[in-house]
Amino acid sequence: MSLRRFVLRRALSVVPVLLGVSVVTFGLFHLTPGDPVSRLVALNPDVSAAEEARLRERWGLSGPVWRQYLAWLSNVLVGDFGREFRTGRAVSAIVWRRLPETLVLGLFGWVFAIAIAVPAGIYAAVNKGNLGDVASRVLALSGVSIPNFWLGLLLILVFSLYLGVFPVLPPSRLPLYHPETLRYLLLPGVTIGTAAAASLMRVMRTSMAEELNEEYVTAARARGLPERTVVFKHVLRNSLVSVVTLAATLTAGIVAGSVVVESVFNWPGLGSEFVRAIDRREIDVVMAITLVTAVAVVLANFLADVLYAVFDPRIRYD
Amino acid sequence: MTALLEVEDLTVRFYTEEGVVTAVDGLSYRIEAGETFGVVGESGAGKSVAALSVLGLIDDPGRIERGEVRFKGEDLRSMTDAELRSVRGDEIAMVFQDARAALNPVYTVGEQIAETIEHHMGYDPAAARDRAVRLLDRVGIPEAGTRYSDYPHEFSGGMCQRATVAMALSCEPDLIVADEPTTALDVTVEARVLDLLADLADEFDVAVQLITHDLGVIAGTCDRAMVMYAGEAVERAPIEELYYDPKHPYTAGLMSAIPHVGDDRDRLQTIPGTMPDLIDVPSGCRFHPRCPFAEEACTRTDPALVDPENGEAATLETERAAACLEYTEGLTGGLDYSVEVDGETNERAEDDDGGEDDDGREDEGEEGGSDE
Repeated sequence: MSLRRFVLRRALSVVPVLLGVSVVTFGLFHLTPGDPVSRLVALNPDVSAAEEARLRERWGLSGPVWRQYLAWLSNVLVGDFGREFRTGRAVSAIVWRRLPETLVLGLFGWVFAIAIAVPAGIYAAVNKGNLGDVASRVLALSGVSIPNFWLGLLLILVFSLYLGVFPVLPPSRLPLYHPETLRYLLLPGVTIGTAAAASLMRVMRTSMAEELNEEYVTAARARGLPERTVVFKHVLRNSLVSVVTLAATLTAGIVAGSVVVESVFNWPGLGSEFVRAIDRREIDVVMAITLVTAVAVVLANFLADVLYAVFDPRIRYD
Repeated sequence: MTALLEVEDLTVRFYTEEGVVTAVDGLSYRIEAGETFGVVGESGAGKSVAALSVLGLIDDPGRIERGEVRFKGEDLRSMTDAELRSVRGDEIAMVFQDARAALNPVYTVGEQIAETIEHHMGYDPAAARDRAVRLLDRVGIPEAGTRYSDYPHEFSGGMCQRATVAMALSCEPDLIVADEPTTALDVTVEARVLDLLADLADEFDVAVQLITHDLGVIAGTCDRAMVMYAGEAVERAPIEELYYDPKHPYTAGLMSAIPHVGDDRDRLQTIPGTMPDLIDVPSGCRFHPRCPFAEEACTRTDPALVDPENGEAATLETERAAACLEYTEGLTGGLDYSVEVDGETNERAEDDDGGEDDDGREDEGEEGGSDE
């Protein structure tokens, strides 16, 4: 019962989050100089000021910002996310086409991060203070510090240009579920997941090391359980709570990272579309992608809250 | 004839940043099959470290430096990890002070008991569950069948301790090392858990090493006891003799610190001072800075554990042993305290003429016979 109420309450809490995000994004967008019309017309002397004004009128770009926002909002509430000014394509169609690309990339980066961080964190915690622990901490520190655009370029340089293992650009029109896609996912996926892996690993190590000092660990050893059982059954589950928290937070980081990484690798997802849309001042596209991103982050946090209860029975939703 | 557990010359050091702490120094004792052996001392005396050393559970930065821990004649310290693990939980089980902390919060109490049973006895999950439920029932958990699936946070402190007792008994061990099992419980619950432990020790014919700082607990449950101070054993004796005729001034001091019903003293008797820093122990007898009978010799010579009757070095078999220079070199002033039993005063044999202490302090060990 309480779980259902919890889900409902969380679902409702999305509304103010989305409203806030949309207001801020809309406002910021209008603070930047230029709009789609001026971007389109540029300094073309053949277009008169009257024609520009007419264009603005038609695209709903005239009037005060708040009125424009309310107009956008009322359209969104009935499911109309607007159209791209330049091509007239529906924004929702653009998002739907790009979303799977980003999801696959983000998921890959996320899985990569966890696959690296959890074992490395466990290893470092169990062998605290030895060479492997120190090495993994140095790697983690580098992982957090290296900017992803630089890492992406470096990976392209080494693996595509020097070693020729991967093509610089993936052949287009390859369906996502094609096995070959995995190969092209590797470099951008690693790029997007590295920072996440590094911070996850550090948290994994810390929380695991903390749990290893708990008395139930001594008690489990006193019961004659093998070290494997003690670490992987008893300690791991306790330390996962804090890891799950961070993993959820990192979803936002991965989404943000996709903007840069997709541009570097020319990955046809929401991130690269987002950059293009900002450049062309396609406000409806920017707003839609922002909303999708916000929903993703809220969902990830919600998932983390549910997972807490799975890992730790002491956590209750009331 | 070898005892169930023989600990000989056990020395455990912790290499901390502040220095080397000798938590247990040359400790020797034995526990016979089926008996309850008490280990008493203030906190920091090394009782818990000694207990953990028995099972080889000393973690970094601690290290067992010397000594043998023979269980049924076999040295546990020379066993491989795998051999040691087959002893832990199966033949020697442990009960911890804070039962709730000793249970993993994310698994149910029952699961954790059944886990041990499956591991050591090779039961299948259903049989292990059955056995765990029966054990929970036996230690007095109501509705054991449904409580099996409760998490530790859903148990009260007393129930947690009962559950860990059930867990300790689950593989029918020969020895249970109970490290202050009732310290974290309130008094009424404490009494019931102690009774339970005593009953079960009898029923399962298991020996218990009962560690406590509470002499009252020892009196009610133990056959023999050892008093520890600053990592060393200062006295070892059958329980009655320890109470009626303490041979070491520290033991006598501990006795006088027990409050009694009907006591007309205004303040609790205490031993002045605190336990020494184990990084930098006092020269000679470790107790001398706090001992009202300390003499110059006590600051120079560290007394060995000897038979107080003849001053011969104590072995594991020595029933009665104390570590005080009085029994080897003889102190010029003697040990001037008396023990009062139900109003009668047992004057110590060696007493000269019952002269007053210089500092006017009166050390008397009192023991109400009904103190259980």
